[in-house]
Amino acid sequence: MVAPEAPLAPNGPRTDRRGRRRTGRALSRSTPLLPAVVLLAVFLIGPIVQAFYGALTNSSLTGSAAQESEFVGLQNFADLFADPVFPKSVLLTTAFLVFSAIIGQNVLGLGLALLLRTGSRPVRVGVSTVVVGAWIMPEIVASFAAYAFFAEEGTLNSILGAVGIAGPSWLYSFPMLSVILANVWRGTAFSMLVYSAAINDVPPEITESAEVDGATGWQRLIRITIPMIRRSISTNLMLTTLQTLSVFTLIYVMTGGGPGTNSSTLPVLAYQEAFSFSQLGFGTAIAVILLLVGALFSIIYLRALKPEVD
Amino acid sequence: MAAEGLTAPRHRSLRLVSTLVLVLIGICFLLPLVWVVLASFDGSATLTAKAPSPFTLDNFVKVLTPENAWIPLGNSLLLSAGCALVTVVVAVLAAYPLSRYSVRSNRAFLYGILFGTGLPITAMMVPVYSLFVSLDLLNSYPGIILFLAATSLPMAIWMAKNFMDSVPISIEEAAWTDGSSMLSTLGRIVVPLMRPGIGVVFIFVFIQAWGNFFVPFILITDQAAMPAAVSIYSFFGAYGAVAYGQLAAFSLLYSVPVLALYLLVQRLSGGSFALAGAVKG
Repeated sequence: MVAPEAPLAPNGPRTDRRGRRRTGRALSRSTPLLPAVVLLAVFLIGPIVQAFYGALTNSSLTGSAAQESEFVGLQNFADLFADPVFPKSVLLTTAFLVFSAIIGQNVLGLGLALLLRTGSRPVRVGVSTVVVGAWIMPEIVASFAAYAFFAEEGTLNSILGAVGIAGPSWLYSFPMLSVILANVWRGTAFSMLVYSAAINDVPPEITESAEVDGATGWQRLIRITIPMIRRSISTNLMLTTLQTLSVFTLIYVMTGGGPGTNSSTLPVLAYQEAFSFSQLGFGTAIAVILLLVGALFSIIYLRALKPEVD
Repeated sequence: MAAEGLTAPRHRSLRLVSTLVLVLIGICFLLPLVWVVLASFDGSATLTAKAPSPFTLDNFVKVLTPENAWIPLGNSLLLSAGCALVTVVVAVLAAYPLSRYSVRSNRAFLYGILFGTGLPITAMMVPVYSLFVSLDLLNSYPGIILFLAATSLPMAIWMAKNFMDSVPISIEEAAWTDGSSMLSTLGRIVVPLMRPGIGVVFIFVFIQAWGNFFVPFILITDQAAMPAAVSIYSFFGAYGAVAYGQLAAFSLLYSVPVLALYLLVQRLSGGSFALAGAVKG
């Protein structure tokens, strides 16, 4: 987003106090930032500091260790990496990110954005309303809806039954496939909206002149539209990845991470370790890893795209 | 001319195919949502979407009791409105120097804000829980409101700054020369001019807080203080298997405010892109 150039205040309120030191002026100008800085420091940086500290102690939720937690260094991380559940969860999280965010939401979102340009008005309005509806719903309601859809006696199996196919128990036999499809359903609207806006910004003269030169629709898409919206594509890839990395409710309601830990992505595993198995240190160590991955993605995003800050 | 004659039928069949694909995708997206609506009016609701038989409002009547619906919905309102109010006030205050003065530290702050929007804070509720235990803030509404506000602040500041950037500075310059202070210029001139923008930020934050499940699920253990998101979940655990109709009715009631606010935000900003657009880098 290109923000308008921040206007300087050349004749600002303080030209009459020229004698004051620059730093003093900068400070007073920054005072309105103070409440934000305090809130962010306590409730955003606070948990981050807590996470790094907690990951290095043997605190657990109940029992004697709850009162007096000891410093154990990197023991939590060592145990975590030794536990077969953790690498499995990393794999599941990666699959969840790749298939539901990077491929599912982005490809379907771009496809919908392109298709919606050709559709007639009632179709366009109807389809985009439904897609946005799945996105704007509160997450717990969306999770129930997805649960009912994939449940053994749910809508999907009723439809399959109507055409003579006995559907499996999706949530039990294919938990990852179910939550991946559910997350595509839930999140595609965001990509669709981003890509629709980006495609609208492509000057029509360019695609028209390509059409005159005999480029087919496919060629125009690959050679013109996609290169022209590449900034939106990379921004959107990053944002959908980060959003999907923190998905908890959808998976928790649909499968509870199960059966066993067969659909425990990292946020679900962190919850299970901390609150089901009373391993607060484990859960915190997972949170630290999630935090580092999120920070890495954020830095790549900021460096590669250099969003205009002013 | 000849080329047009050749491509026209092809265009028409392409259009037909793309319409069919669109309708098919639309139906796939609609099916899970349809269940919530149909089951809520169904006297014998199951997990399958089917026509209500018998059609009844019983599910709503049974759910609309103080302890089932009104108290949790009131709690949700308190949490979301509190969070949206705190966030908007703090974000507008912060946006003013960021938008109006070009100080080098602003750049760093804005990059920090953007970085903060990327952190999966809601995925790390375990350390947040530990922090709330050590600050003795579990079940405390002020604590949870401030935490929710802090998590939505990065995005809200970013949005508020962008809205403020589009308010022309010339009117403020006149106020400045009249000796108006920074705060009164902000309150009397800038805020009224960016009212729709402030509305969008408020609704954006409100919708997020209203729909948030994980944060109150972890930080509120007191049954009476639970917002609707969590009480629906406990309802599901307690009666879900027998009362799908009531579960769906409650879900529908709880979703209606969000849908209404989304329509309002579209009015305010003239497009469904407002929420997503604010997030575009």
